[in-house]
Amino acid sequence: MSLSNVFGIAGSAMNAQSIRLNTTASNMANAESVSSSEGETYRARKPVFAVKAPSAEDYAAADAGQVPGQGVEVLEIVESEAPLRMAYEPSHPMADENGYVYYPNVNVVEEMADMISASRSFQINAEIMNTAKQMLQRTLTLGE
Amino acid sequence: MAISFDSALGIHEDALLLRARRAEVLANNIANADTPGFQARDLDFEAVLRGETDSELDEPVVELVQTQPGHSDDLLESDFAAELMYRIPYQPSVDGNTVEVQEEMARYTDNAIRFQSSFTLLNSKFTGLMGAIKGE
Repeated sequence: MSLSNVFGIAGSAMNAQSIRLNTTASNMANAESVSSSEGETYRARKPVFAVKAPSAEDYAAADAGQVPGQGVEVLEIVESEAPLRMAYEPSHPMADENGYVYYPNVNVVEEMADMISASRSFQINAEIMNTAKQMLQRTLTLGE
Repeated sequence: MAISFDSALGIHEDALLLRARRAEVLANNIANADTPGFQARDLDFEAVLRGETDSELDEPVVELVQTQPGHSDDLLESDFAAELMYRIPYQPSVDGNTVEVQEEMARYTDNAIRFQSSFTLLNSKFTGLMGAIKGE
């Protein structure tokens, strides 16, 4: 029944948003993790979202052409390509031979905005799940 | 006179099923609010309900024909929800996503309320039938 699919859909969205929150937390925690070479420096991580296509069972259960996507999935987690921040700090213990240290390409403002967006989306999907629960519970009382 | 459940329950049975299906479509829209390039979909409730209740559709349905033994009878549509309508966004976003969460949320809630009203009507029909059977 379609109503129980709503749980799966909202659940997948909550899962995806919590992965997004996790990457944000990791990025924020490592925002100041300096290193002495470009290769070793932490780079901001971002999840890639995509629509989860319905399975063959979903097609069999509904009329052809009327099956919506079944939520959202995280395809992969990519590292940001933005340039690293180089700072001239010769007295820094991690400085390279030219006196530079490399800071991660984490944009803290962007991460904060991402965090708020993820937590709001999470809340909304929890609300969707709650409403679906009420609708489903209602159907169980039919004829009482 | 025999009691026919179909005529006694009327449209509400179909309506309830459709409301549940629409809840799924709208939940999927909201789940994909942050997916780049996702386009929000919706059911045309009136049209689908008309199709459910009328035995004949106004427009002829073009069906897929299997001409080779290897042809699949389903999953042929690359676009997996071809009969669902696309939403026209009020404020299109740069990443091509057409979900407007507040709009979708309003529709979802509206759908849930209408589900409840269809349910209440259906429930009272059953109560009426029970009364008739018991002769109270």
